Amino acid sequence: MTSIISISGLSKTYASGFQALKTINLDIKRGEIFALLGPNGAGKTTLIGVICGIVNPTAGTVTVDGHEIASDYRAARSLIGLVPQELTTDAFETVWATVSFSRGLFGKPKNPAYIEKILKDLSLWDKKDNKIMTLSGGMKRRVLIAKALSHEPQVLFLDEPTAGVDVELRKDMWQVVRDLRASGVTIILTTHYIEEAEDMADRIGVISKGEIILVENKAELMRKLGKKQLTLHLQKPLDAVPTELATHNLALADDGNELVFTYDTMAERTGVTALLSDLARLNIRFRDLQTTQSSLEDIFIGLVHNGAGATS
Amino acid sequence: MNSHAILAIYKFEMSRTLRTIWQSIVSPVISTSLYFVVFGAAIGSRITEIEGVAYGAFIVPGLIMLMLLTQSTMNASFGIYFPRFTGTIYELLSAPVSSFEIACGYVGAAATKSIVLGLIILATSWLFVPLHIAHPFWMLTFLVLTAITFSLFGFIIGIWADGFEQLQIIPLLIITPLTFLGGTFYSTHVLPPFWQTVTLFNPVVYLISGFRWSFFEIADVSPMVSLGMTLVFLCLCLVTIWWIFKTGYRLKK
Repeated sequence: MTSIISISGLSKTYASGFQALKTINLDIKRGEIFALLGPNGAGKTTLIGVICGIVNPTAGTVTVDGHEIASDYRAARSLIGLVPQELTTDAFETVWATVSFSRGLFGKPKNPAYIEKILKDLSLWDKKDNKIMTLSGGMKRRVLIAKALSHEPQVLFLDEPTAGVDVELRKDMWQVVRDLRASGVTIILTTHYIEEAEDMADRIGVISKGEIILVENKAELMRKLGKKQLTLHLQKPLDAVPTELATHNLALADDGNELVFTYDTMAERTGVTALLSDLARLNIRFRDLQTTQSSLEDIFIGLVHNGAGATS
Repeated sequence: MNSHAILAIYKFEMSRTLRTIWQSIVSPVISTSLYFVVFGAAIGSRITEIEGVAYGAFIVPGLIMLMLLTQSTMNASFGIYFPRFTGTIYELLSAPVSSFEIACGYVGAAATKSIVLGLIILATSWLFVPLHIAHPFWMLTFLVLTAITFSLFGFIIGIWADGFEQLQIIPLLIITPLTFLGGTFYSTHVLPPFWQTVTLFNPVVYLISGFRWSFFEIADVSPMVSLGMTLVFLCLCLVTIWWIFKTGYRLKK
């Protein structure tokens, strides 16, 4: 896949002297869903702000579909839709007026049929004549998404799109995002709900203290960093892990009723077969067994705490 | 040229005006009418003609200018300050629009409102005093140029202001006093020579003088000087706005 956004040598130091971004190099592939994860203050919103033209970079270049964001801002920006993190909306305008305004602002001629489709997709159609100030937080969030989609962008930035949106609507919203991806739109999202990134993203980037510390395919990332655990529910509890099993990475849980085996899915041999035959030899029987894989959240916390070292 | 964007901003701002029609149109008309009643009818009847013009008629151009300057400044400054205050400015900054197009939309709408208001007040004053406009073309030229210039000026204030107080302070503490001292209610010729010289440093004198000349062919300074000063101020505002968008002053982090 070719890149639709290329970021090279990008840095941003605010007037206060705070360095929000340190030399960022990143390519976003055309048509993918890219999740940008990072703790608060890591630089996610600053990075999005620079690409969209809201924040002036200190150094570096960004191109969107080959158009440089400063020298060729018209072409670059008309490809981008931005849903900001804050619920910044007009108050007295109607939903229809504000979405139509956005389309005009991005240089597109009127297209009521298209606006109607967006509002229907986002379950906002019956609110189209309501003033924005009368809407709930979740509806305002969807108005912002409708505004960002009003000019048919090729790249959509979603900065914390599901904050304050209830579960039902969140599902609808993700369906809209999936449909957009299916139609060829590239999506870059930040979220605090890591399970959403796990569910939605093709690739994941982790940013911490202004640096991209990891970019990886989600499946690859899960495979590389994912530890798997095999939990055996024993028929009889054990006081301690038998010395004969010391070579296996074992731990007892639930007052000796569970034996937990942690193994690496990347390894040539996981050691599961050896463990099971050793157990049979020692006549340790179990009622049930289950395996669990670490979630992206576990991986993410591990990465941010251990820093860049975890990637190598 | 993103003409769709200019139109979108213009319509957005005009609909804001229509939504607040009492505050935007009705209240300036009422306050100007009060000036006519107090200065024109009550006090004016005791004042002799000024340079051959009845006092009631003499103050009409000054009053229109007073309203034009304050309303243009306030309307344009609020128009751009409010998105900064609420945060909706992000959309404007991320849109494929140039600084010129943004200024066209906001300033165009603010100036349109002021011009309409100026014409309404002119019509209202006809109810109070008999008026004769010697040079309708120049009258309209001064009206339009002043509305645009001070809408640009207001736009700059709206970007500069860091709070509602700063937003109000320029119209109230600078423009209104300069207008009152700039010959709204008198000819600067009635002042002692020293104060006549001081007055020449007040830019509003040139605006009122030129505008009054287009009505009665009487002026404190030559109408060409008035026109020149208006254009100089217009250019200063344009250069400032160009610089603001080039550097992102108070707009971009």
